[in-house]
Amino acid sequence: MSAVTPKSVLTTPLTRNNPIALQVLGICSALAVTTSMSVSLVMTLAVIFVCAFSNLFVSLIRQHIPSSIRIIVQMTIIASLVIVVDQVLKAFAYEMSKQLSVFVGLIITNCIIMGRAEGFAMQNTPGLSFLDGVGNGLGYGLILMLVGFFRELFGSGSVFGFTVLAPVQDGGWYVPNGLMLLPPSAFFIIGLLIWVIREMHPEQVEANEFKMKHNTEPKEAV
Amino acid sequence: MAQSNNSIKKILTVAFALCIVCSVIVSTAAVALRPMQQLNVELDRKTNILRVANLYERGIDVEAAFAEITPRVVDMQTGEYTDQFDAETFDHFQAARDPATGRTLSGDRDIAGLSRVENYATVYLVGDPDNPEQIILPIRGQGLWGLMRGYMSIEGDGNTIVGITYYEHSETPGLGAEVNNPRWQAQWEGKQIFADEESIAPAIRVARGSGTGEHQVDGLSGATLTANGVTNMLQFWLSPEGFGEYLARFRAGIDPEEAQEADVELEAEA
Repeated sequence: MSAVTPKSVLTTPLTRNNPIALQVLGICSALAVTTSMSVSLVMTLAVIFVCAFSNLFVSLIRQHIPSSIRIIVQMTIIASLVIVVDQVLKAFAYEMSKQLSVFVGLIITNCIIMGRAEGFAMQNTPGLSFLDGVGNGLGYGLILMLVGFFRELFGSGSVFGFTVLAPVQDGGWYVPNGLMLLPPSAFFIIGLLIWVIREMHPEQVEANEFKMKHNTEPKEAV
Repeated sequence: MAQSNNSIKKILTVAFALCIVCSVIVSTAAVALRPMQQLNVELDRKTNILRVANLYERGIDVEAAFAEITPRVVDMQTGEYTDQFDAETFDHFQAARDPATGRTLSGDRDIAGLSRVENYATVYLVGDPDNPEQIILPIRGQGLWGLMRGYMSIEGDGNTIVGITYYEHSETPGLGAEVNNPRWQAQWEGKQIFADEESIAPAIRVARGSGTGEHQVDGLSGATLTANGVTNMLQFWLSPEGFGEYLARFRAGIDPEEAQEADVELEAEA
């Protein structure tokens, strides 16, 4: 891994070390909340906030966290931040919080946040950890927004709620793809995105863990 | 350092301090934001009432539109309005729990799976409260995964349905959650609750497959249990156990109170 600089912690999680595309973390919420772009955006902001501040706080007290209860300490900090985000959403964006329903609460169990707190913030200074949280949130958000864009465009014919392809229900010509509104479609899109990112960064392609053997050659009986 | 960090004293201190700090932050957020959240919940409830009455359009002033609607508390056993409670603040969920205002349902009488039910409920009247254009009733009952709460709007004749909506449910997205699909909801408009003038048992139900006639609506494919839940809660709330007595006043066409008032007026004129 390259040296840790403020710029690198912000930019590497975007494509070079994307939490969803390379580490394949946080997939659950990426499947669930990406039916429309506005919901994806709110989820992205929530994750950036939680990830950045949990990293910051964990890093601030990292010298004093007893190693035997460090996971619980991290969880407590993350859970508190998530509850605050949930309460703020309920107060200022009620419709949005109804759409996101349990998934704001489930940020607690988002492996990206836990992973960054344990993997980065425990060893680095608060400033860097904060930026690392923002960077990873952005990396998560980038994938979320891309998936949300395709799902909303082909599933409902709109982008951010503005109609682009007029769907037939409203007298247009576009027949919406119902699969796009269901979680499995996000699997396909994330798979394709991983393909694209690995074309850009061939070093991400893992070596095969085993070699396929050739089929046995047909031999003549005699 | 690692040694001292892992001493029991240090562990307890860190854990205790962290809990205090976090709980202060969380409770501050919860308490400070509660008034705004309650305002949102209230606004959402009013929006749903307007929506079920087909009065809601995107971007309208909900409070102004809601001024046309009069909430009244109904005694469900007699079907009369009661002034015992303030209709603005009456909470029928709480009333169901209170032994003085609720009762326990048991066995086969509890078709909607409620176990406890209130004796008084808030209804919302659109237009003239004495001769309403629409009557909006709160309904609830078990779906597949949990309690479904919603509203049903009925025309002034106490029999013709205007619409139904659920503001809280936990049904499967794409299957049971289709109860809130506008296309499914649209079918309810114009359906009749009762088979004929005299019957008190509601005939309206969600069919299996496609519904026929004026007492049935199409089922939800893949969500039979949710659809059964909807049928059961309507069977309960529109029967004499629920709002049956109250609706009977409108079905007869004569509001007892109004009739009394008319008598008084006649006497005065004479």
